Amino acid sequence: MASASGGRVLRTGGELAASVALTFMGLLLVTFIIGRLVPVDPLLAVVGDRASEAARQQAMEELGLNLPLWRQFLIYTGNVLTGDLGMSVTTSRPVVEDIARVFPATLELASLGILIGVVFGIPAGVLAAAYQDRWPDHVVRVLGLIGYSVPIFWLGLIGLLVFYAQLRWVGGPGRLDIFYEGLVPTVTGVILVDSALAGDWEVFQNALSHLVLPASLLGYYSMAYISRMTRSLMLEQLSQEYIVAARVKGVSEFRIITRHALGNILVPLITVVALSFASLLEGSVLTETVFAWPGLGRYITTALLSADMNAVLGGTIVVGLIFVGVNMLSDLLYRLVDPRAH
Amino acid sequence: MTRFLTAALLALSLPLSPLPAQAATPEDTLVVAWVFDDIISLDPQEMFEISTFEVVGNVYDTLVMFDLDDTSQLEGQIAESWEVSDDGLTFTFKIRPDLQFHSGNPVTAHDVVYTFQRLTAMDKGPAFLIQDLGITADNMDETLTAPDDMTFQMVVDNPYAPSYVLNVLTSANFSIVDSELLKQQEQDGDWGNEYLKTNSAGSGPFILRQWRPDELIMVEANEDYWQGAPQLNRIFWRHITEPATQRLQLEAGDVDIARNLTPDQIEGLEGAEGVEFTETAQGTNLYMGLNVANEHLGKPLVREALRYLVDYQGMADTFLRNQWTVNQTFLPRDVLGYVDSKPYNLDVDKAKALLAEAGYPEGGFGLTINVASTRPERMDAAQSFQATLGQAGIELEILPSDARTALTTYRERKHDIYLGTWGVDYFDPASNDVFVVNTDNSPDAESKPLAWRNSWQNEELSEQALQLQRERDSEAREQGYQQLILDWQPVSPFVMMFQAIEVAALRDNVKNFRLGPSADANLYLNVTKE
Repeated sequence: MASASGGRVLRTGGELAASVALTFMGLLLVTFIIGRLVPVDPLLAVVGDRASEAARQQAMEELGLNLPLWRQFLIYTGNVLTGDLGMSVTTSRPVVEDIARVFPATLELASLGILIGVVFGIPAGVLAAAYQDRWPDHVVRVLGLIGYSVPIFWLGLIGLLVFYAQLRWVGGPGRLDIFYEGLVPTVTGVILVDSALAGDWEVFQNALSHLVLPASLLGYYSMAYISRMTRSLMLEQLSQEYIVAARVKGVSEFRIITRHALGNILVPLITVVALSFASLLEGSVLTETVFAWPGLGRYITTALLSADMNAVLGGTIVVGLIFVGVNMLSDLLYRLVDPRAH
Repeated sequence: MTRFLTAALLALSLPLSPLPAQAATPEDTLVVAWVFDDIISLDPQEMFEISTFEVVGNVYDTLVMFDLDDTSQLEGQIAESWEVSDDGLTFTFKIRPDLQFHSGNPVTAHDVVYTFQRLTAMDKGPAFLIQDLGITADNMDETLTAPDDMTFQMVVDNPYAPSYVLNVLTSANFSIVDSELLKQQEQDGDWGNEYLKTNSAGSGPFILRQWRPDELIMVEANEDYWQGAPQLNRIFWRHITEPATQRLQLEAGDVDIARNLTPDQIEGLEGAEGVEFTETAQGTNLYMGLNVANEHLGKPLVREALRYLVDYQGMADTFLRNQWTVNQTFLPRDVLGYVDSKPYNLDVDKAKALLAEAGYPEGGFGLTINVASTRPERMDAAQSFQATLGQAGIELEILPSDARTALTTYRERKHDIYLGTWGVDYFDPASNDVFVVNTDNSPDAESKPLAWRNSWQNEELSEQALQLQRERDSEAREQGYQQLILDWQPVSPFVMMFQAIEVAALRDNVKNFRLGPSADANLYLNVTKE
């Protein structure tokens, strides 16, 4: 029995690696082709609108854009395999360096956002299911509806107006006040972590005050999704026969909900949370724009509009990695929470 | 209700103790909210993006610079004096003594030679500026020389108007770079380009310390600057794309200057406590290019009719207020040769008569227009044009896209009408003769000026414009351009509409900040805070 399951793990490991590799090649190819189909002259971003033909020609050769497409793709893939994502033409830096700069900003925001989403979303969903069609359910539903329907852009500006401009409870746009720029050495790029490592709690507090509002906003939107999903998963469980049986046995309602029903929805719930987290990690262009947050979403969007293909492809690879990573993480969590896996 | 709920919800997730409010930025530090995602390289001999010019203009010096109050007057910067030979071909500059770069290296004529040769030989976007003077990688060792340490000589290929040549040299693309430093940083004969993309090697009033793309640029005062150290110790430019966010930060006092407010916001802030405004007319024109390869637009009468179908004043008074002012020539005002000629206004009857004369009594044809949808004011202008064209029976289809896509279409001559902007590269009329000159209209012409992009060629006017480049008599030159504008207006393939105004909003404790007529003249040297 043990050896059989060990063999299964190995096989899934091999399959996983193969499917990851295949996914990546597909992702690269599709992004690469889309990048070449976009009707934007990539040289515009490099030499501008007024360069002479000779200058354009030279730039084209430097970037290898004069080679046949398939060769460009092969060269690119070869470079990626050695960890070289090329140079970004819009930032004049290696894409790897750019991503190392913008991704921590997104990671910081997304992590706090998902934390808020989970802490508020799951209890709200459980509550709504337990009081189905009574007022707590309605409140959660209305809050969720707002989360679904109000543009995040607008909500972000209102939030800034109230909590930053009027009340001054939180820091403004950007990751830090000007005073605190450059005080803490960059180790991870996540300012909360870097300032904690440096023991500079003033910077930590300032970073947190800048983070709270955009993270709450993202948290609110994931909360809307998570609470809705939790509610419907819970309702499905609560109508099962074993719940009826438990009730007949006289188990308290609190115990039924927290132990039996909730315990049984953990696996699908992890998927829900993982997907929310992954989509936050892609970066939210609108939130990043309102809050002047130098994250991954804005980086990829700017690159795309400039036909900066190395940056777009690099960003795509990172997003791909995130999804694979988050999926593997949730697989791991399944094993921990699913009693059948023991 | 929504607002209340949101507020309540957000409040729940916030720490309950309010954070200390920081009402103002430090006195020795200036914080500017600005959109600078166009910056791709800070190398002066490579850059060609508007925002870059502002940064480079404050970090480097050029040989000569125009007077901010009168752009037709030139002042020496690195050059102390200059003279032009009688044949008009040799320009000799005396270098100001005792100047030094931020590195401590002295500024000499050899740095000037290096800089100009660098611009020529790297052959990046702005190289045409010097190549237009007949200086090429092949002849630059003879045409750009330093007879001694403090004398620089440049030989051009034609007796151009001296004001043209000198005005070209005011462009920040001619910022003098530290040749000793760059020779150390050179890789594979790249003239230190890789290094200079993200670093600086200048002698200007500020020293570049940091550029984080789409996030932050920081410069520090050069205490040894020859005109005296700047009052400010530091300037931060923060990249804030959302205008509403810029406004909030300005009101909160977290930024000192907001550069990209919308006309509504400017109106909303008028009279607000602690906020002032400064504005300047800029060297950028908003225009439409009419591709004469289109069967309808090929007829001069149709083009003339279209010029009567634009609600110039209506737009300038409404959605373009505080952003654009009417200008129907190819020159920004204040440039030599500009003439205040505004022959066109919205006149549907006149346009209909012209169309009838051209064989379209009922209008009855369709056209498309390529517009950058990322610029709301351009979309608004296109919609206004759509409505006025409709009144004359012409159906206009708007093709919105991002700016670079629209530009690509234009450059490939695949448009009917293109709506966009053009800015002067230097304050001389020769910079904008691209609206007139087209010496080769074939698809793979070596030079593809704006006239070419609209498939339009008028050999007579083209020749006139080229001659004006070489007119050495300033008065004759000015009159020549004025006449050229008048001759060109009724036949051109363009609908010239507006000239840009830039408005910046600033905290009232910021003094001596002014916007120059071009981005490299937005100087911070004398800015102080009280």
